[in-house]
Formats: sequence, C-alpha cells, structure tokens
Amino acid sequence: MSTEPEPLAHRQVALVDLLDRLLAGGVVLAGDLTLRIADVDLVRIDLHALISSVNTDVPSPWEPGEE
Amino acid sequence: MTTLRYVYAVVRPGGPPLPGELRGVSGAPVGTVDGGGVTAVVSPVPAEEWDEEPLRANLENLDWLERAARGHQQVVDAVAALGVALPLRLATLCRDEEGVRRMLDGDAQRFERAFGILEGRDEWGVKIFTEPDPAGGSGGGGAEAGGTGTGGPAPSRPASGRDYLRQRQAHRRSREDSSRRADTWARRVHDELVTLAEHTRLHQPQNARLSGAAGENVLNAAYLVPRDQAGPFAARVGELARDTAGLRVELTGPWAPYSFTAFATGAEEGGGTGSGSAGAAPAAGASAGERA
Repeated sequence: MSTEPEPLAHRQVALVDLLDRLLAGGVVLAGDLTLRIADVDLVRIDLHALISSVNTDVPSPWEPGEE
Repeated sequence: MTTLRYVYAVVRPGGPPLPGELRGVSGAPVGTVDGGGVTAVVSPVPAEEWDEEPLRANLENLDWLERAARGHQQVVDAVAALGVALPLRLATLCRDEEGVRRMLDGDAQRFERAFGILEGRDEWGVKIFTEPDPAGGSGGGGAEAGGTGTGGPAPSRPASGRDYLRQRQAHRRSREDSSRRADTWARRVHDELVTLAEHTRLHQPQNARLSGAAGENVLNAAYLVPRDQAGPFAARVGELARDTAGLRVELTGPWAPYSFTAFATGAEEGGGTGSGSAGAAPAAGASAGERA
C-alpha cells in the first residue's frame, strides 16, 4: 500500500549486491554460546569459495596490500 | 516446535511501532526486545531450519540463502524507514529473548556512537565494470588454438607459431592497457565521490559468475551520504557515468548503512588483537575512508 514513488526502493536488488553487505557488513554480535559456531565467520567461510574465489585474481589496484 | 530468535537490527529504544504486517525471514511477525539500553528487532525462526547444523547446510544452498538475505533486507529496510537502524550481519541468532538481551548488554556506548554517526545518512553503492572485450570474450582460461573453433569469430589466422605468439601478446597487451585505463578511471570516479561522502568502503570486486554481469568489475564501493545530499550525489554519479566511455557505472541504493556499521561502532579502530570476529570482518573489503 505504499503511495510514495520510490523506484529504487521497490526495484529488486541484485543478490550479489545484497550479499556484499549482509556477509561483509552489518554489526557483528555474538549470539548465544551454543550457536557461536554458526555465527558470521561460518557464513563467511562457507561462502568464501563461491563469492571470492575469482575475486582474488582481480584485486583493486589501490587497495592496501594484502595482509 | 523449538524456535530461535533471529535478530535483524538494533534501534534506539522508544521508537515508532513496527508495521503490523512486517514478517521475518521465516514468515513470522517481527517484534522487539529491549536490552542494554537499546532495542533489537527480532522474529522467531524454527530451530530445525536455523539451528547450527541445518543452518550450516542451508547456507550452502543459494536459493535458501537468497530467501534469507531478502527477508533480512526487507525487515531492515522497514525498520530503517522509521529511524536510524544498525543492521546486523546475516544470521545472528539467539536461543530466546533472554539471549538477545545478553547479546545487547554492555554495548550501549558503541551503539549510541553509531546511531549518531549514521542518523540521517544512507549507503549508496557504485560499481564500475569494463565493457566486455569484443575480441575473444572467452579469453584466458585454457583457450587452446587448435580446438574445433565452432563459429567463433576467429581473428586473422596466424600463419606460424611465431605469428600466433605475437598475436597473443598483442592481445594481452591491449587487454592490459584497457584494464589499466579502467583502473585509472575507476580511481578518478572514486576519488571524486569520496569528496561527496562522509565515509567510504571498498568491497571486493564482484565475481562475474555470481553477478552475471558482463565485463570486469573494477570498482565496488559503498559511500555514506547524508540524506539531503543524495540527489547531488546521484546526479554526479550520472555525470561521471556519461564521461566514462567504455566503462559501465552502476548506482545502487539507498541502502541501510550495512557497510559502515563496523566503522560507526568503532569495531574497525580496535584493529589489533582483541576480539577475533571483529578483527576478521573488514578483510573482505578494505576501508578507504580517510584516504584521498
């Protein structure tokens, strides 16, 4: 029922843009102890291969050196 | 059925009520839990889907992940429309409301600082892609000359092995040139947009396999922009896009400030050895805030 015209807000965003933010952004808080392993780091690790396997080949030239 | 609490965002206490029809990642109504001087936006989720073990498996399923990510985003957007909100990372879970309160406890100062930094600002994403190489789109990966060559627009057939190598080298060089040009332009665009933003974060260039985008992603940046500056910012991106021949510039937003929560809560500055998760987080995208 929204009446205000907000084209960008209503357009479905690309999943990849969303994952950039939801997996590498957002406040990191430690949930309950029993779930700690299912916390963000697990998400990052499991998706790492999918999301950044190719990325490592084309690092941005002006990013500070890889640690 | 056992349920867990999925936490979407942290907001200031005493804000406006959430829209009654708002539903969480698993379709249940969204509510709030007060604790530690702030309010968490939560919804119940079934343990059989979100507990440690099923979650581990589900996260490997791209369709499941997409539903979760979009559900998370929908709640965060709705909450951010009501006032400043700190979005949490995907899949932050507690056993019960008591667990949520425990999780919030002790971070009041960080949260208050972040509310102040992020209030009235939005995140905008800008990506720059090279236009796909017209000569030899398949490039690189094991493109052997022999092959069947079905229908490919083969450029002038090399007469000898030496010609072949020369051609390959020229092709590689021109690709390197255009790649360098793209980087120079991307940097110029970024340097200019930095001056219009309060903070900046560079994300990893996107994987074309996941994005389905043509060309190489040479810039994937997020900018924190005051809401009343959104118009000029978007207009400038549009102008820069017109000026960048041979590159494609894409603007996304407004986003809740996902990319700036680490900076705003001070998690980035701690830097050193302290808490493992906070230290590891920025690795995926270097912050380029104060440079330039």
